[in-house]
Amino acid sequence: MTDTLTGNPRSDTGTADDPLVIAGRSFGSRLIMGTGGAPSLRVLSEALRASGTELTTVAMRRVDPNAEGSVWDVLRENAISPLPNTAGCFTAVDALRTARLGREALETDWVKLEVVADERTLLPDPVETLDAAERLVDDGFTVLAYTNDDPVLARRLEQVGCAAVMPLGAPIGSGMGIRNPHNIELIVEEARVPVILDAGIGTASDAALAMELGCDAVLLATAVTRAQDPVLMAHAMREAVTAGRRARLAGRIPVRRYAHASSPARES
Amino acid sequence: MTVNAIINGETRQLAPDTTVADVVRSLTRAESGVAVALNDEVVPRTDWVRTVVSPDDRVDVLTAVQGG
Repeated sequence: MTDTLTGNPRSDTGTADDPLVIAGRSFGSRLIMGTGGAPSLRVLSEALRASGTELTTVAMRRVDPNAEGSVWDVLRENAISPLPNTAGCFTAVDALRTARLGREALETDWVKLEVVADERTLLPDPVETLDAAERLVDDGFTVLAYTNDDPVLARRLEQVGCAAVMPLGAPIGSGMGIRNPHNIELIVEEARVPVILDAGIGTASDAALAMELGCDAVLLATAVTRAQDPVLMAHAMREAVTAGRRARLAGRIPVRRYAHASSPARES
Repeated sequence: MTVNAIINGETRQLAPDTTVADVVRSLTRAESGVAVALNDEVVPRTDWVRTVVSPDDRVDVLTAVQGG
């Protein structure tokens, strides 16, 4: 990495059509979806289809005997792989229990590890997250860890065996976009596992920016499910992720302080 | 003699020899996408029919919901 503030020295190899590879599994789509907040299962199903996603998070909760239809049915109908999460957990012990239930219910050892510190910010608890990651890896899970935008914590999560690190752009559901793009770049520079920007995305340009910063994928839910038109926003996100990835690979021009003529000087 | 157990957070009276499989069937028709914890320990699906609920057991039956 050169010591310029902007401008990508084209350090990324690969092509726009390369699959996303996590723990040896390939995905054609670099957009991972969440399912929280959709107005109905029908709208959710349409939005997931429009997003082109192949991997989608779900939460584990007590069954509601009166529920009609289920998100599990929606994923199966659309041939989307489930990624059970540990949402709602505040300690490593909680997360381990929830992850094991997700593994049993959905027959996958993949888990989105999410251990938050408090209800108001929903920010990841770094100490509990790292502890949980280590225990889950020991227990045979493929761990995709939701984390703060902290390059040191991301490094530690990778060291204990996480298959992907998922730094937040901003707090869950806030739609504030990427508050610290520099830290995301630092995480990307160092990581040897996929970096997935998770949380904070508000609109398509945020998703494109994540990919331009070098992230391997984007995970989002609220930005789509609570948009006025979730299906249209899902489509926009799909295109934004693709566009951002292409721009990253293309190598953007450096930012200059003054103009740089794009037409040749007039010959006299 | 009935057995008092806590099913998804609510105390219920169960017939003697009620199994985890019976509890699951009483709550959902889903045949997949469901997991059970008995006193916080996961009960593998293959053990549901032979796991009998004892007095004061806590049985949690979970499924995937919208989230994340």
